[in-house]
Amino acid sequence: MQDTIYALASGRPPAAIAIVRISGPNAHEAAAIVGGKLPPARKASLRALTDPSTGDVIDEALVLRFDAPASATGENIIEFHCHGGRAVVDALLRALERLKGFRLAEPGEFTRRALANGRIDLTEAEGLADLLSAETELQRRSAVARAGGALRAKLDAWRERILALSARAEVAIDYADEDDGDAADDLGPGLGQLASEMAGLLAAPRVEPLRDGIRVVVAGPPNAGKSSLINALTQSERAIVTAFPGTTRDVIEVPVAISGIPFVLVDTAGLRESTDEVESIGVGRAQEEAGRADILLWLGKPEDRPDHRSALQLRAKADLREGPQFGLPVSALTGEGMSVLLTRLVEEASALLPKGDELALDRRQHDLLEFAGQALVRGSDLCDPVLIAEELRIARSFLDRISGMAGVEDLLDALFGRFCLGK
Amino acid sequence: MHDVLIIGGGHAGCEAAAAAARRGARVGLLTFRADDLGQMSCNPSIGGVGKGHLVREVDAMGGIMAVAADRAAIHRRMLNASKGGAVRGPRVQADRKLYRRAVSELVASQGVRVIVGEAVRLGVDGGAIVGVELADGTRLGASAVVLTTGTFLGATMFRGQERWTGGRQGSPAASALAAQIRDLGLAEGRLKTGTPPRLDGRTIDWSKVQPQPSDRSLWTMAFAPNPAPLPQLSCAISRTNARSHDVIRAGLGRSPLFAGAIEGRGPRYCPSIEDKVHRFPDRDGHQIFLEPEGLDAHLVYPNGISTSLPTDVQIDLVRSIDGLERCEIVQPGYAVEYEYADPRRLDTTLQHREVAGLFFAGQLNGTTGYEEAAAQGIVAGFNAAAIALDLAIARFDRGTSYIGVMVDDLTIQGVSEPYRMLTARSECRLHLRADNAVSRLGPLALELGALNSDQAGRISAHLDAKGKAERALDRTASGRELGFSDPARKPLAEWARREDAVDLVRRLLPRSAAAEEAIADAAYAPYLERQRGELAARTRDRSISIPRSFDFSSVPGLSSEMRERLATALPADLDQAGRVPGVTPAALSALHFALARKAA
Repeated sequence: MQDTIYALASGRPPAAIAIVRISGPNAHEAAAIVGGKLPPARKASLRALTDPSTGDVIDEALVLRFDAPASATGENIIEFHCHGGRAVVDALLRALERLKGFRLAEPGEFTRRALANGRIDLTEAEGLADLLSAETELQRRSAVARAGGALRAKLDAWRERILALSARAEVAIDYADEDDGDAADDLGPGLGQLASEMAGLLAAPRVEPLRDGIRVVVAGPPNAGKSSLINALTQSERAIVTAFPGTTRDVIEVPVAISGIPFVLVDTAGLRESTDEVESIGVGRAQEEAGRADILLWLGKPEDRPDHRSALQLRAKADLREGPQFGLPVSALTGEGMSVLLTRLVEEASALLPKGDELALDRRQHDLLEFAGQALVRGSDLCDPVLIAEELRIARSFLDRISGMAGVEDLLDALFGRFCLGK
Repeated sequence: MHDVLIIGGGHAGCEAAAAAARRGARVGLLTFRADDLGQMSCNPSIGGVGKGHLVREVDAMGGIMAVAADRAAIHRRMLNASKGGAVRGPRVQADRKLYRRAVSELVASQGVRVIVGEAVRLGVDGGAIVGVELADGTRLGASAVVLTTGTFLGATMFRGQERWTGGRQGSPAASALAAQIRDLGLAEGRLKTGTPPRLDGRTIDWSKVQPQPSDRSLWTMAFAPNPAPLPQLSCAISRTNARSHDVIRAGLGRSPLFAGAIEGRGPRYCPSIEDKVHRFPDRDGHQIFLEPEGLDAHLVYPNGISTSLPTDVQIDLVRSIDGLERCEIVQPGYAVEYEYADPRRLDTTLQHREVAGLFFAGQLNGTTGYEEAAAQGIVAGFNAAAIALDLAIARFDRGTSYIGVMVDDLTIQGVSEPYRMLTARSECRLHLRADNAVSRLGPLALELGALNSDQAGRISAHLDAKGKAERALDRTASGRELGFSDPARKPLAEWARREDAVDLVRRLLPRSAAAEEAIADAAYAPYLERQRGELAARTRDRSISIPRSFDFSSVPGLSSEMRERLATALPADLDQAGRVPGVTPAALSALHFALARKAA
């Protein structure tokens, strides 16, 4: 029999309220053992939560009960909405741990169960994953659209049209000797039209910048003031977490939200451009980081600036008032130019982000949709209805793989790297 | 004592009997009338697009339909001749009498014993078939039985207000057997099919209709050459017109279909003329193919005006058509409503899951068409012999044959309307051509020991020649060799993909069917390459198997309808499960999880 899982579903204490969620065959038992009389389904009821082993009262809390299959996971669910103090939460979790058949949920396990019980499909789960990691308003709205099935609706509509075109191609093939056998003469425009609509979504800003943050690489020669600049940017704006070493030893990534837009500031100060042979390696590494940037802030000479489509030329340490005058003057010390810089960053970023409720694709979805579009483009140039029908079939099968109708295993693989605890 | 008994001598029954005999079984073929074997109940033609592919595959497995069709062919047409090779569909019009004779001869030549009689009861003991009991009390023992009773288990014929029961026009039904089979899961529902009136060709004004001559090239349905082709007749084309449609509309009130008397679902693909006029009221005419039924017969089959309208309406309808103003109807058309058995209860060898050694094949499973029936007969016949004699099972995969597509569709999806083969049903259409059936299925046929020595010799020779042609195409050649100014060196297979070079490549190879096939393969190669990639994506799902005993009600979140469909179809793996009708992505992932849990 399946375990009953539990976890803190709300943010890390201390907070005003903490939600502990329990899902599984014995969930209702927990409510009874810890919270006394089971409330009726979906009616929030006040209960005293007690530790069964000591009889001590842990807290007074609201208890919510959901009965399978009409719950988020499709199983019986109990939620304890208790006070969000660290001690309360710890005591509650300890009490649950002692119950037979109960264990702490693994990252993403509630969502896995929702999937296993057919409560959500895979594109919705992907959207949900994004929703849960949404830290800014923009991220939230984009994720809500995807979790709510907006992408699936669009895919379904395209699929219907492809089917209609397929039908016409098939008539020309399987009913060649009948009156309707020439219905395939003008399929090209229909395929072309679908392909350009798909191209529209493919060209739209992707989810990754929104999801992972716009990558702003701060680069330049040694002592140009890179680290100070980043410190100044993060002090004046809300840093989301404290800085931590990046994936390489020499790079520090600082996530920060500016005007609701998530950025990741990348400090390349650690990339040592030492002397001679090693210098070229250092320069190469910096170039590589710059290549991965969504926006490049360059603090060196204009002629040394690496090529980049979104490069901002800065003149750091502007308070020193020396040297050639080029680029936007900024000073970490005096604050000069900082608000202009922030505005410029937001402007550049906006072009890279989905607008409002615009649909955004992630890499997996983008690649599959691209293949589908390519098949339609190829088909629009062909005359043989057999080959056109084949391209239409290929397009359909790529669309199916986005929503998980085919290649279920692959999709699950891609999906489950991304969840975090309690959700 | 027989190893295998076949009940019913239609297209499925004859192929099944011959197939089992080829594998060495002692076969008895039970039929009401000895002269009934290979009777064409409807359209006197064999083949077409999709259907023609099936016939070639049956032939590659050593079957009899293609050979009989060639012996009786009085008109040939290669459909889609101007389109790519993948969808060319060979079709012949056959002389009904000569076709029947050819089938009888071929069945006898395989050593099948034809038994005239009526089966009234299947002998079942301990969940396995043991034999058949006849009306006269005789008991025939057998290790495997193949049911190929077509519509004979109970059909009602309709014409206007007339009703009568039977197995087919002019033949009794097999109702005693039907009751027992109903308990085994028949009576899934009723399906409808129909037939047009038969016309007296001597009363047709042929000068007023458009002739359609037979193809000039004497291609054959069968891989084996036909030593004595018959003289070829022309078919002709006419059309219904506004007057015809008025006649039909005026008669709709007396049509059993429109008066709601017939419950069975008809096929979408060849609906009655009443359906056509009703559903497409804007069309000013529908095509009719006038097909002569034999060299010395005066009967003509008007393909396109299937109907169950009352006789007097049919007469008016026919007389309204150009060329048929003075035409006499020899036998009016009628509709047939018949019971069928749910093919989802069969496994992919067409054996019933609940009675070992009992096979169902043909129209009984809800298919329509002689070709579809014959292909199922092959599957059932080979596997009945396998059960009886402990031989290797014959499995057909939907990736390598239309036979495989059909068996997979029937056993996983079931039928809600009469199932007819269309090339659209295959996702590997470019690979499943009518001209490469021997290459695709020849190796399987040889492995199963399904061919007699002549057939085996011919097929082996072809496979050799094909291999040689493929190697020849691997050779690189410079453009100059082919007469171009382009000096680039490329394999001949690549040159063959160019429209302006393919004939030149052809000339460099010895002329043969094998070379033609290899060149066609080269033309489709880029598509086939891509298809292999797709197949890889499905292979992972195919490797997740569903145990036979798996309980679908243990999968949470499935609707009860979904559960019922899965439990009836019993898909063998996650890939097949995805083809069960109505399964959603969410259900598929729920199933996937449940399987993973079970395995853990």
